[in-house]
Amino acid sequence: MLGTKDREGFLKQFTVYALLICIGFIYTHPILHMISGSLMTLDDLLDSSIKWLPSSFNLENFKQAAQSMDFWKALWQSAVIAGVPTICNLISCSVTGYALARFDFPGKKIVMGVIILSFVLPSQITMIPTYVLYSKLGILNTIWAFVLPALFAQGFKAPIFILIFWQFFRQIPKVLIEASRIDGAGHFRSFFKIALPSAAPAFITVALFSFVWYWNESYLTELYVHGVYGQSDWTTLVVQLDNFAANYSSYQQTAINAATNLNESINMAGTLLSILPLMILYFVLQRYFVESIDRTGITGE
Amino acid sequence: MEDRKKLTRSEKKALKERMKHLKSGKLEKRYARMGYIFMIPWFIGAAVFLAYPLISSFWYALNNIRITPLGRIFTFVGHANFTQILIQDPDFLIYLVDYLTSTIISTPIIVVFALIIAMMLNMKIKGKGFFRLIFFLPVIIVSGPILGMLTAEGAGSISAVDMQAVTAAIGSVLPKIVADPVSDVFGNMITTLWYSGVQILIFLSGLQKIDKSMYEAAKIDGGSGWECFWKITLPNLRSMILLNTIYTVVFISNNSDNPIINLIQESMFSGTKEKGYGYASAMAWLYSTVVLILVGLFALLLASRKDQYEKQVKRAVKARKKEIRDHRRIERRNRRNAARIERRRAQGKITSHTTNRDDY
Repeated sequence: MLGTKDREGFLKQFTVYALLICIGFIYTHPILHMISGSLMTLDDLLDSSIKWLPSSFNLENFKQAAQSMDFWKALWQSAVIAGVPTICNLISCSVTGYALARFDFPGKKIVMGVIILSFVLPSQITMIPTYVLYSKLGILNTIWAFVLPALFAQGFKAPIFILIFWQFFRQIPKVLIEASRIDGAGHFRSFFKIALPSAAPAFITVALFSFVWYWNESYLTELYVHGVYGQSDWTTLVVQLDNFAANYSSYQQTAINAATNLNESINMAGTLLSILPLMILYFVLQRYFVESIDRTGITGE
Repeated sequence: MEDRKKLTRSEKKALKERMKHLKSGKLEKRYARMGYIFMIPWFIGAAVFLAYPLISSFWYALNNIRITPLGRIFTFVGHANFTQILIQDPDFLIYLVDYLTSTIISTPIIVVFALIIAMMLNMKIKGKGFFRLIFFLPVIIVSGPILGMLTAEGAGSISAVDMQAVTAAIGSVLPKIVADPVSDVFGNMITTLWYSGVQILIFLSGLQKIDKSMYEAAKIDGGSGWECFWKITLPNLRSMILLNTIYTVVFISNNSDNPIINLIQESMFSGTKEKGYGYASAMAWLYSTVVLILVGLFALLLASRKDQYEKQVKRAVKARKKEIRDHRRIERRNRRNAARIERRRAQGKITSHTTNRDDY
């Protein structure tokens, strides 16, 4: 029953499956709850006999939530705000990681220390001067506020990405690069032709994480790009969700046909809409996601 | 890196001594230069977006800053901002204590939970891909407003479990000071679990790196699964545990759901005379110091370098050295005694067959 040492027994397997399914349910529960809730009409919501399955599939909530969030515009801008800094991150962090992994230079340990420190330091400490700095540079409330730091390897959570690249480039055999040097390739050439192509898994991992983290970042986006009082035209889905109630009431006032009051269902629909693009991305790319993590070993020492 | 680790400290020292006499060659210099060239973007970024804000943030913290139409007016106030926060601010200290207790309690929970899940996902089970898909979901979804939304909708706690009973049970066992945060954590169980997406990933990749042959060897020697976990899995994951702990603390501290961070932002944009940028900077510095100390404490707690195996080797070496020392001493004494006997015999005091006990 409990199994021998070679084969896992029934009881053990059963426990493992049961635990996995239970915890998996806990994880998916809020999402399922949201999906069912977002489909309900107001009557269903108030009816205590209806818990999961709504009496009819009501897509009206989604329509209203999407309209009040200005869904398509926000979606496009989210993609830009998450995508462009991600590309910058890939360039700058891979170069930095390569330098740390490949070359020995005086002061390397200090650089590593600073990188780790900047990971641990809460961003709030530099937030205010950075805000002032951006406004001095004239990039506040533009996308440059995200792109510029990312270009110089100081983007959002960049230390982690540098460490991932560092870890990965360390694993590339030195012989490979030395061979290319003997064959007459310069440092840049051996970086582009040898190191970069073999680092594809690291690139996928960093790209995914960077994209997701930029996408989900509401606080800094609101501060630097969206503007605290919404001065700029830039917005993202998450920021829209953050200001959902305000957006909805303003939408409600302008809408000619009397929209229903903000209720839980519409709220849920809005939440769902703002995660949906990422979920789709995740389901499509999940194979790479898991595999690349297996291969890179996101960790360092 | 690998070879370097194997050198003992004395060997390293010797190597360094030798390196001093060697001039760094042309190639090495060129390599160092290339390293700097590759690091240029980071150096610029660190100077502009890290060092400059840090220094000016400290300067801000020492000033009272008022924003007028003419620009920002700085008045130097020294440590007044700090004392004001610590003594007068009604929220900061309370939030800070709350933050500390909840972090100290929930960090181990998250790390242990992530380890358990990662180990289960690493077993031979059917539908591995499907389970991974579910358990990595938090990585995608966790973010301030969405999580806030989920919690607001009551998704944060397990509705199926009667939370009242649990809290009551906890309250009856533990004193109130301990019980309150603990039951708080239980109340937000799911939220806590949602934080562990990345940690599961890290543990999983760590688990897959452990050499399978180690387990086989242990099995042949009759080790049970339980023993394997403590003697093989845990020691191999030690660096990952440290990494995960730090990651968790940093994540909780920088989360935009954190009340202190909201407090900082509030005071940053508040129009009152005594608050504003300077006040907020001072608060951020205080908060960061606390976070850094917390991370440092966790790191110290977990980063003890000594291995069980290393300890045993060290002990054995010590015992061997002592043995050699004893051996030498005995030999020395024997020699001495023999010499003494020789002397006496030469003096004719004793004859050969009375070589006696008390000389020995």
